[in-house]
Amino acid sequence: MILIGLGYGCKGGAATAALASDAAKRVYVAPGEKDEVYAFLSGGFSGQMSVYGIPSTRLFKIIPVFSVFPENGYGYDEETKNMLRTTNGYVPWDDSHHIEASMTDGKQDGRWLFMNANNSPRLARIDLRSFETKEIIEIPNSAGNHASPFATENTEYLMAATRFSVPIPQASVPIENFSKGDFKGTVSMVKVDPKSGRLSIELQILVPGFDYDLSHCGKGKSHDWCFFTSYNSEQAYKMIEVGASKNDKDYILAFNWVRAKQCLDQGKASNFGGEYYRNYLPENQPAISEKLSGVKMLQPKDCPGVMYYMPTPKSPHGTDVDPTGEYIVGGGKLATVIPVHSFSKLMDVKDKPEHRSGMIMDIPILKYESTLAGEVKKPCLGPLHTEFDGKGYAYTSCFVSSEVVKWELGTWEVEQHLPAYYSVGHLSIVGGSSKDPYGKYLIALNKITKDRYLPVGMELPQSAQLYDISGGKAELLSDFPTVGEPHYSQMIPAKLLMDKAAKIYPLEENKHPYAIKNEKDARVVREGNTVRVYMTQIRSHFKPDTIEVRSGDTVFFHVTNLEQDFDIPHGFAVGGAPEMPNLLIMPGQTRTFKWKAPKPGIYPFYCTDFCSALHQEMQQYIRVLP
Amino acid sequence: MQELLLKKISKMNRLLILGVGLLLLSVYFLPIWHIALDAPQYPEGLGMKIWIDKITGSSTYDLQNINLLNHYIGMHEIVSESVPELLFMPYVLGFLIFGAFVTFLHPKVYMVILGILNIIILGILGMYDFWRWEYNYGHNLNPDAPIVVPGMAYQPPLLGCKEMLNITACSFPSWGGIILFVSLGILIWVIWDEKRRIDVSS
Ligand SMILES: [Cu+2]
Repeated sequence: MILIGLGYGCKGGAATAALASDAAKRVYVAPGEKDEVYAFLSGGFSGQMSVYGIPSTRLFKIIPVFSVFPENGYGYDEETKNMLRTTNGYVPWDDSHHIEASMTDGKQDGRWLFMNANNSPRLARIDLRSFETKEIIEIPNSAGNHASPFATENTEYLMAATRFSVPIPQASVPIENFSKGDFKGTVSMVKVDPKSGRLSIELQILVPGFDYDLSHCGKGKSHDWCFFTSYNSEQAYKMIEVGASKNDKDYILAFNWVRAKQCLDQGKASNFGGEYYRNYLPENQPAISEKLSGVKMLQPKDCPGVMYYMPTPKSPHGTDVDPTGEYIVGGGKLATVIPVHSFSKLMDVKDKPEHRSGMIMDIPILKYESTLAGEVKKPCLGPLHTEFDGKGYAYTSCFVSSEVVKWELGTWEVEQHLPAYYSVGHLSIVGGSSKDPYGKYLIALNKITKDRYLPVGMELPQSAQLYDISGGKAELLSDFPTVGEPHYSQMIPAKLLMDKAAKIYPLEENKHPYAIKNEKDARVVREGNTVRVYMTQIRSHFKPDTIEVRSGDTVFFHVTNLEQDFDIPHGFAVGGAPEMPNLLIMPGQTRTFKWKAPKPGIYPFYCTDFCSALHQEMQQYIRVLP
Repeated sequence: MQELLLKKISKMNRLLILGVGLLLLSVYFLPIWHIALDAPQYPEGLGMKIWIDKITGSSTYDLQNINLLNHYIGMHEIVSESVPELLFMPYVLGFLIFGAFVTFLHPKVYMVILGILNIIILGILGMYDFWRWEYNYGHNLNPDAPIVVPGMAYQPPLLGCKEMLNITACSFPSWGGIILFVSLGILIWVIWDEKRRIDVSS
């Protein structure tokens, strides 16, 4: 008996070790080899986006988006500081939640990524050639841009809906008026220019004052529709934790954006106020910041058929559309089932009075059972988000029971429970929100780490976990710490991006007004108390290399990196400069360091990015005269 | 011997000579020589191409980057303008092509032999000139250069590969050069063929 027991014990141990080493092999990317997938993770409260390789989970880059980044001067220099301009002034931080990849025909096309800022309602476009933020648009008439930026099938529009309903237009009204309907939300249609990617706000629709949480747009037959979850249909304004959790069902708002556009074209939307900024960074020129004012606002009552409410239990968070476009999965934070609505049923019943149970602001409320395709019974606690593997299975994250649940579309049967460490929010499958999932890897994006890594004081990193979902049973491969809270992610097969990535800015295309393309043009020009230094960098020196200014002068160093070699940026920093951090200037790029000349003395300036054998010699002096 | 020299070449060989002339036209559009540089920090490789009338990088910015590397050791900047031979090289090639067309109209074996001699003489002169430029670039270094390795010269090989500090330099004919060799081969073959005909008929 004892022997048998020992034998079993050994077997079990060996099997576990074999599995672990097998998992290690599957995430091991040998030196010089490349990863299979790019994972783009939003940074939550860091306001940035980070780029990881999958399956190795190596961190490649942090792309600054909504928060200043002293490492490379984003948000500080004369070129990029306008990117963070809003109607509230210069806002150097935000809270970034969701990433959406641009799509053509519902499939990832590798052109752009979009990310929302929740706090100051904003939406950014990141270019996937340079991996840089190229545009940020503010969303007017919104407070908390959470249900954003979810794209339609061909990236015709990005949707953005209000998390915190407020009086629209803004007004100081008693807060208790919330429950009297004085607070409203908006759904914004942000148009994406198909060629340039440029963003513009085409239309807003005024909606009841709930909290709009998340969204996803349809595909295939549901192409014309986007779906938004809402919570706090109780319109509670005190102790919302309790007040907003009373109703057994809140709603998924089904929104026909094609119909909305029709109503706009028929003149049914009216001019509405709302000021907002649109900041655009042309290639190698200073950001252009425009203040725009007024939008077209549509009232649901003026556009019948534009919106319907589908009751969904209970405080729904995620709303996810499967690759066929038929199933709309709700993730009820407090629900004990995962409800799945059927798009075909919605089309059948939406205009039949017997399937309605009421109206809010002229938006029909349909009966729960009328659009229901099925329910996954007792899947877990706190289901939030669902992604799809393209093989008929759905994966839902469950925050409270800290797991990922695999279940089958159509039978609604749970296939597998996968523990997550710990408290998973979103999850992401490669292409899993598109029409064509790549379906090999899944990451769980966790809020809490606890005992997973060496302790580093009371603030621990957040983490993500990598699973292989290519086989019959999903398997945990590894977990890794992340930069900021990994709120949501888009994963894109490497082959779609790696060969297009830009290596340099061609100097001949540099249209920066203060660029110089030759050392011979390097010079110092005085205009009153302003001094402009037209400066070049090349391994391993600056031109001009010694500079004299007067105390109190405003000095602009317009620095052009003349290199045309991949991976040779140069840095620029001036000793003790209080307002400007470092600049990293890419090959062929011009950036501007603004410096108020301090008290008389000698101030060094130098290259901060180890660029060459003589990098330490890439240093010179500024003399400040009295 | 005289019989061979004055022999009128066959119709087929005449067409071959015309073909050589046309083939040589392509040398205006193809690099003649290629120098490839390999260094750990350039995994994608760096290279230089020598054309009939210019020197370029293998890709758009290679020449600039080669010059940037070379500035550490004080090598003169490599630019087409500093090699005056490139100004008359196109005419030399034109002369060879002209010779082929004249031979087509005046198809005698001695004309073919003249052509062979022209290519060989010009080839030897060209290679010598190329070697001389390599020598000068590799040896005439700025004494104020940041990196001075005593006794070190940076002359790339004329043909083949050579290690210089952390860089492996390989020098080989490119398409244009290969065409020149092929043209020479065809002309030699024509002579051989004509000689064979005489032997067979006698
Ligand atoms: Cu440098």
